[in-house]
Amino acid sequence: MFSAGLVMLAAGMLSFAAAPRKSLNYLYLLYAAAAAAAAFYAARALYTGAPAGAFSLVISPVLTMGFRGGPLQMFFLFALSVLSAFVSLYSVAYMRGSQTPRAHGVLYGLFIASMGAVFLSSDALSFLVSWEAMSLVSYFLVVSETESPGARKAGLTYATMTHVGTAFIIAAFMLAFSATGTLDFSGMAAGLAGKSVALKSAIFVLAFIGFGTKAGVVPLHIWLPRAHPAAPSNVSALMSGVMIKAGIYGIVLVCLGILGGNVAWWGVAVLVAGGLSSVLGVLYALMEHDLKRLLAYHSVENIGIILMGIGAAILFYSFGQTAFAGLALAAALYHTLNHAIFKSLLFLGAGSVANGAHTKNMEEMGGLMKRMPATGLFFLAGSVAICALPPFNGFVSEWLTFQALLLGSTMPLAYSKIIPLMGAAALALTGALAAACFVKAVGVSFLGLPRSRQAGAAKEAALPMTAAMGALAALCLLLGIAPGIVLALIKGIPFAGLSQMGIGNTGPVSIAGIVRGAALPFPIAGGFSSFWPAGIFMVLLAGSALMLVLTGAGGRKTCGPAWDCGIRELTPRMQYTATAFTKPLRIIFKTVYMPRKELRMSYRLKPFFVRGLAYHSDITPFFEKYIYEPFISLVGKAAMRTRNLQSGSLNLYLGYIMLTLIALLLIWA
Amino acid sequence: MGNLQFLIMLLLSPLLQGVIKKIKALSQGRVGSGVLQPYRDLTRLFKKEMVIPDSASWVFHAAPYIAFMAVIAASMMAPVLNAGAPVFRMGDIIALIYTLALGRFFLTLAGLDAGTAFGGEGSSREATVAILVEPTMGLAIFTAAIAAGSTGIAAITKSSNILQSPANVLAFAAFFVALLAETGRVPVDNPDTHLELTMIHEGMVLEYSGRYLALLEWAHYMKQMLLFTVAIDLFFPFGVSAGGSFFALLPVIPKAGILYALKLLLLAAAVAVTESSRAKLRFFQLPSLLGGAFVLALLSIITLVMLGR
Repeated sequence: MFSAGLVMLAAGMLSFAAAPRKSLNYLYLLYAAAAAAAAFYAARALYTGAPAGAFSLVISPVLTMGFRGGPLQMFFLFALSVLSAFVSLYSVAYMRGSQTPRAHGVLYGLFIASMGAVFLSSDALSFLVSWEAMSLVSYFLVVSETESPGARKAGLTYATMTHVGTAFIIAAFMLAFSATGTLDFSGMAAGLAGKSVALKSAIFVLAFIGFGTKAGVVPLHIWLPRAHPAAPSNVSALMSGVMIKAGIYGIVLVCLGILGGNVAWWGVAVLVAGGLSSVLGVLYALMEHDLKRLLAYHSVENIGIILMGIGAAILFYSFGQTAFAGLALAAALYHTLNHAIFKSLLFLGAGSVANGAHTKNMEEMGGLMKRMPATGLFFLAGSVAICALPPFNGFVSEWLTFQALLLGSTMPLAYSKIIPLMGAAALALTGALAAACFVKAVGVSFLGLPRSRQAGAAKEAALPMTAAMGALAALCLLLGIAPGIVLALIKGIPFAGLSQMGIGNTGPVSIAGIVRGAALPFPIAGGFSSFWPAGIFMVLLAGSALMLVLTGAGGRKTCGPAWDCGIRELTPRMQYTATAFTKPLRIIFKTVYMPRKELRMSYRLKPFFVRGLAYHSDITPFFEKYIYEPFISLVGKAAMRTRNLQSGSLNLYLGYIMLTLIALLLIWA
Repeated sequence: MGNLQFLIMLLLSPLLQGVIKKIKALSQGRVGSGVLQPYRDLTRLFKKEMVIPDSASWVFHAAPYIAFMAVIAASMMAPVLNAGAPVFRMGDIIALIYTLALGRFFLTLAGLDAGTAFGGEGSSREATVAILVEPTMGLAIFTAAIAAGSTGIAAITKSSNILQSPANVLAFAAFFVALLAETGRVPVDNPDTHLELTMIHEGMVLEYSGRYLALLEWAHYMKQMLLFTVAIDLFFPFGVSAGGSFFALLPVIPKAGILYALKLLLLAAAVAVTESSRAKLRFFQLPSLLGGAFVLALLSIITLVMLGR
């Protein structure tokens, strides 16, 4: 099955290079089929618990690139391939307007392949090569579809950040290699087992910064809100849905797998970083009016929620509470899959809106629910899911995360009790903020009156696009009311020994021990409580149907202009804008936002007759202004200084060579 | 059996609203309307013709049903008289709060749907208040949950009696402020006004009329009674029966019912007196009130994990 998928993927890429231009877009169906095959393969491997195959790419006698699939790897491969299947279906119609369909098609296939390779790599070399391929290909995809200088700049930010991150990852692996003498992950784990905590902590810090950059942890998140909006929507969906999860995968692999994950402060660091990311991510999302930038900031938020689960897992594990740790990790992995699904759904929705209404600015939308009903419905479903409202999937994983964090109260030390509970409070705050943000996003973009001419003339997206979104929305609901499906996928992942890639290793505790019973209803034996999501759904559905029958029949109603306390003619300009909607929050959280506003008035006769006024309001981008800009200007200044070395004079360069030679001779002598 | 207790809230929540209004009137030296007035209001609204704004989409039509059913689903999770094992395993406090949030999500969306200024204003303010309340509510609930070792409401109810620890007292104080905000009471919102500058909940539902408005009002009454019930379940559940067979329950239930009614009456009086004796706060003074409640909730949870009680 898997090799069939690989063959189809390769065939897809080749035919994109060769096929006649007219039929090019249908080739995305080949990718969809390849991804579906891989999804079935991964799901079957996870359900049956069968050991997955391994193969090595021998480059030279001393250098091989190994690929192997254990349960953790299969889980991420599953997330990747499920999404790729639907996003590829969407691309069939979405890429019709593409300027460079051939290149985009090949790169798109390469992108999926490289992400798969990242998840399946079993040694540092193959991992880094795949990682770099993934980063480079995604960079090209970000800048491929546009000529705008803004997108080029976004691409540059992305490329810089991702390479700084990769440098940290390389440093982490080099440190591990120098301590153990092997590049193989299992070997590293075995070799590091007896090493000092200081060394392991150094590797942890390097890896966390490196992978955190890819995942978008605050304050390393600045590339997300730039790169995601610049990329075409199918690519943003994959980047936000899967690629940033490669950062999560890396953190789980290195911290829990290779390093053993038994140092308490690592857990605290990950938990605190997660809490900060979740709250700050959603706070910044609230202030965005660009639909895709808003979604990008929500990725920062959700990565934070996932990291809170992982942090709790490390913390509990370091205190020997393996069962609780397993629950926390299950919550994190569940949320990883959920976020992949609803975030890509939302990005695809934003892409349909951008195509249909020709804008990404929410202030120019409005009334799209009537003009793009299918897109509107599915976007709304994704919004309910991402706000963690039952009966959709986001709630189940956030509920699990709540349970995990509350279990922190049973830990022995003061800090290990308080910090997870603060995480739970942060999660509660995040939930309310996210709900406000998506009320804004859906309400301002899809409801009310059209705020611009192009929004009034918006067209519904083509069938492959709405079908892909509909399938993802259905998946959101399914994974919300039948959590057993996902828990059955997760339960085979051994908690300890993740690095052994599950081969010949059953670890002391597997998540299966905690998440018993894949069937409905939903009991968490080692957890805090139980609830039955399908029950909530059935009550909602049956009740609404009943009510509709009872009260809907025969009632009188008339349609008329909105009342609005007696305003006579309602114009779209009277509606609450996105800016107005979040104004109270801008005032309440002014210490975070540091809002700036500027009012410029021009007069005919000062100060009595005003000709016009211009109002501008925005928030201070704290991390850019106070962390990145000083650093960039420092680097710039240093570069200017070193420029003095290069005068262009040949004699001076000969002098440099002479000096270097003398210096080298002195050292060797 | 256990899940059917929601019928108590479904049927009696307008009465509770009437009682609060009556106490409020009496404490202000007025006679006030009868305690059955909310039933008459609902009946009248159900009979009336609806006016639907032209600009509204299907969300406007769906929101009343979803808001109403979300409150019903949430009500099914809370024990009222009997904390025995429910047939449907739906007794989780986090699920309850998030199910209520589902209703609010659609209500705030509906506020934006007609494209009017006041609807948007109400939605924006409701969302802001929710943001300020949710962490407080969460922490207060977590205090009760951690003390009981479970987030199952029945488990908390069974393990608790009446404000038996300092942490519980603090948590209840925080929960009460959150409850005032969640039910749209003075000093957060004024349920009696249609003055455009002050309204929150009324702003959101401004375009609704007829049976949709009736559903929304009824949902609002039920949410109020549900949150009262949750306060009782978490903080002073003495008298709530721990479950058993039908015949074992028969003699226990009347006593539980009387105690429940008395506790509701006390809470209603507390709310009514607060409403009569306080002025509504300016909107941007709310963060200091709700921030204070958050600090109380924080103290309660820290007290609990540090002192262990």
